Amino acid sequence: MSKRRMVRLAVVLLSLLYGGVLLAGFLAPYDPAEQDREHPFAPPTRVHFVGPEGKLPLWPFIYGLKPSPDNFAGYQEDHSHTFPIRLFVSGDNYDLLGLPCRLHFFGIDEPGRIFLLGTDGYGRDQFSRLLWGGRISLLAGLIAAALSLLLGMILGAVSGYFGGLVDDALMRLVELFLAMPWLYLLFAVRAFLPLHISPTVAFLLLVAVIGIVGWARPARLIRGVVLSARERKYVLAARGFGASDFYLLRRHILPQTMGVFLTQAALLIPQYILAEVTLSFLGLGVGEPVPSWGNMLGSLQQYHVLASYWWMLAPALALVPVFWGYHVLADFLHERLEFGD
Amino acid sequence: MRKDIYLALLALALVLFTAATWAQTSKSAAVKEELQTSTGEAGQYGGRLVVSQRAEAKTLNAVTGIDQRLSREVIFRMHADLIHINRVTQRTEPALAKSWTVSKDGRQYTIHLRRGIRFSDGQPFNADDVVFSFQVYLDEKVHSPQRDLLIARGQSITVQKLDPYTVLFKLAQPDAAAERLFDSVDILPKHLLEKSYQDGTLAQAWSLTTPPDQIAGLGPFRFKKYVPGQQITLERNPYYWKVDAKDNRLPYLDEITFLVVASEDAEAIRFQTGDIDVISRLSSENYALLAKDQESRGYRLQDLGPGLEYNFILFNLNDDTAGRLPDIARKQTWFREVKFRQAVSAAIDRTGIVRLVYQGRGEPLWAQVTAGNKLSLNSSIPKPAQSLSRARELLQSAGFTWNKDGKLQDHNGQVVEFSIISSSSNSQRMQIANIVQQDLAKLGMQVSVVPLEFRSFVQRVTQTHDYEAAVMGLLSGDVDPNADMNVWLSSGATHLWNLGEKQPATPWEAEIDKLMEQQAVTLNYEARKKLYDRVQEIVAEQLPIICVAGPNILVGSKKRLGNFRPAVLDHYTLHNVEELFWKGK
Repeated sequence: MSKRRMVRLAVVLLSLLYGGVLLAGFLAPYDPAEQDREHPFAPPTRVHFVGPEGKLPLWPFIYGLKPSPDNFAGYQEDHSHTFPIRLFVSGDNYDLLGLPCRLHFFGIDEPGRIFLLGTDGYGRDQFSRLLWGGRISLLAGLIAAALSLLLGMILGAVSGYFGGLVDDALMRLVELFLAMPWLYLLFAVRAFLPLHISPTVAFLLLVAVIGIVGWARPARLIRGVVLSARERKYVLAARGFGASDFYLLRRHILPQTMGVFLTQAALLIPQYILAEVTLSFLGLGVGEPVPSWGNMLGSLQQYHVLASYWWMLAPALALVPVFWGYHVLADFLHERLEFGD
Repeated sequence: MRKDIYLALLALALVLFTAATWAQTSKSAAVKEELQTSTGEAGQYGGRLVVSQRAEAKTLNAVTGIDQRLSREVIFRMHADLIHINRVTQRTEPALAKSWTVSKDGRQYTIHLRRGIRFSDGQPFNADDVVFSFQVYLDEKVHSPQRDLLIARGQSITVQKLDPYTVLFKLAQPDAAAERLFDSVDILPKHLLEKSYQDGTLAQAWSLTTPPDQIAGLGPFRFKKYVPGQQITLERNPYYWKVDAKDNRLPYLDEITFLVVASEDAEAIRFQTGDIDVISRLSSENYALLAKDQESRGYRLQDLGPGLEYNFILFNLNDDTAGRLPDIARKQTWFREVKFRQAVSAAIDRTGIVRLVYQGRGEPLWAQVTAGNKLSLNSSIPKPAQSLSRARELLQSAGFTWNKDGKLQDHNGQVVEFSIISSSSNSQRMQIANIVQQDLAKLGMQVSVVPLEFRSFVQRVTQTHDYEAAVMGLLSGDVDPNADMNVWLSSGATHLWNLGEKQPATPWEAEIDKLMEQQAVTLNYEARKKLYDRVQEIVAEQLPIICVAGPNILVGSKKRLGNFRPAVLDHYTLHNVEELFWKGK
């Protein structure tokens, strides 16, 4: 595959993923918190194309699941009734960009249940949770990266441009931030927070924490670029014509950092997605019942889940294309913007 | 001539000396060993049993280490008590006490000791050891956890030696469960511990680094070796006082090794691979996992049915929150409303909890006593199924309404919103909390679940009282109601929902106090059971704690292990360790 094609594929893949999680409410057949206590750890529902008599019904359908009475999480297909998969059905309430909505992309008639990626230990639909959880995890990465790049940009530019004492002070601060054992600090901070935090607040806190912790590295890189840019001849010339510091930074110096900025973004976003996953995995992220890829993976800490229910690994698999996409993008931006011209 | 006299004198001395020693030995030989015959299947000698511990036992000191579960698991294999609770029948049976008589008023126990038996170092056992042991346990300066049990409810016990094999215990007031008090009070060797007791260093005695020959007990095994961080090994006590039906002296096993295995999952895996011979306290998930290759790997799992653990939702009813924690004090007006608690109880899907949390290997509960308790269960407690409509009715009759978004609000228009804390390390209780949250959301309650690290969880519940609701569990130490006295008495140290009450805050707590005190001194079993039945009724109705479910006791052992008779009481698998033996080979 040519490089250009690969980049195009990565962009398409990432757009699809982000689009998917933004439309989570529409694409997911169920509410992510809804517990179906008859179906804990149900395996992914098999979608059938061939009917019971070998006829092709021309439209995919599924069978109902019957829990086996003496075996926990053992299920059999109930062939007495078929449930065709329907499109654009009305189901659980959700918010679509602030509007209350009931329309779902697909679903099946009650009392049937469709679990494309199986269910977790509470009988919650993994597919719905994956989409809703992606919203938290992917957006957390995006926002946190934006936050730390913004901070890094401002502090790096100030440090590199003004130099001297300011530079020294900021760079020592950077070193402090890089050396801090963050995980332990976060555990300590969590212990001081009030017990009752709404999921939104928890999410914002999480993003703020990841973003603020991470500003040091981009700040250092941007400082370096600013340091060399400010000695360029055209910058010195502009300064000679009486340009202000702010004008110089905005017009001549910061555009030089664009390459570093975008490459860092493509590197940091997946890194921060992983940070969210790690923190939620350890119970420091958004709390139950709100899903995130991290707290969904948290249940894999238990041996029996890992050993018996492979579909619980779905969020880990979902991370693979995200990472691949961002790394292809970062490679491309690195070549194109920093050394390309 | 002179020489002859000397010789004669010497000969005389020799004769006298021999006679004297002979007389002495014959005197001690006259005390026949009074051994107990075990009822188990007669087995064969040899072999080693490997069991696991989640962390290392901290001490071998029977006086101070008895309240730490890990230490206790090891210590109890090395010692014996006077009267023992049979873990299977849940009744008392003779141990070091061969028999006993109770005075009419129920206050005097005359105990006849087994004669001629020896400690694991070969020294004889008699009444002095018993008197010494109780002196140690009852001494305030020693800080033995046993003291609290022995002088529970302010009554003291006095011990008196009547003759070398008879001891008289006097209680200040009659105690219905006095015989059970003797269980797990290990009899100590006076000859080894008296010195450190006199010096006041008893608490430091018998650590894991003490040389094995300085530790002795009357239990089936004695200390052999300690490898820090890895294992503790005990070896067979050749002087043990039980024999099997064929008159062979118990125990059969040569050694027991306690391996340190850090996590529950690691324990399950090592049992699966055969590194560990016996596993107790299996979780239902791991039980299901291990059950799959039971046949091929030669082990056998057993579901013993409900144990004595009860898990519950606890609302903060402490009255020291006013002013200090205004937010919580405001919400307590809901929690104190009994109809609110009843509505919560009615909304909980207990069968769902048993299915999801215990994978069906558990029991839904409506009061504190589980079906595992053969002695005290009140089986007529009503067991209503989950009913949201009943819950809504109750809330409505208590003045709660629903706003247009379907959220529950009180008569002041305050939205009902609270958090449930639980220990993050206990995944089963976390699961219960998450299920309850979903059930209560259906009533329009905004509930959030907050996982807390174990220590800060305990601190909030027992000390700062800075919580709204909690999911917790308690494990009764015994089937007798006296074991839970500290939970139900309003002055009790585990009266969790309202700690440190000066006097009962509600009429029903006053009634429970009265019933509990009365049952403790009622000697007739039926009359006593009636009293405790009433306590269970009050708990089910007033819901100071909302009991939801309890797990079954799940254990496993190698198939070749003979006489394996696990029980639902503590020391689930090793209570009859002296009878365990390896079949075949």
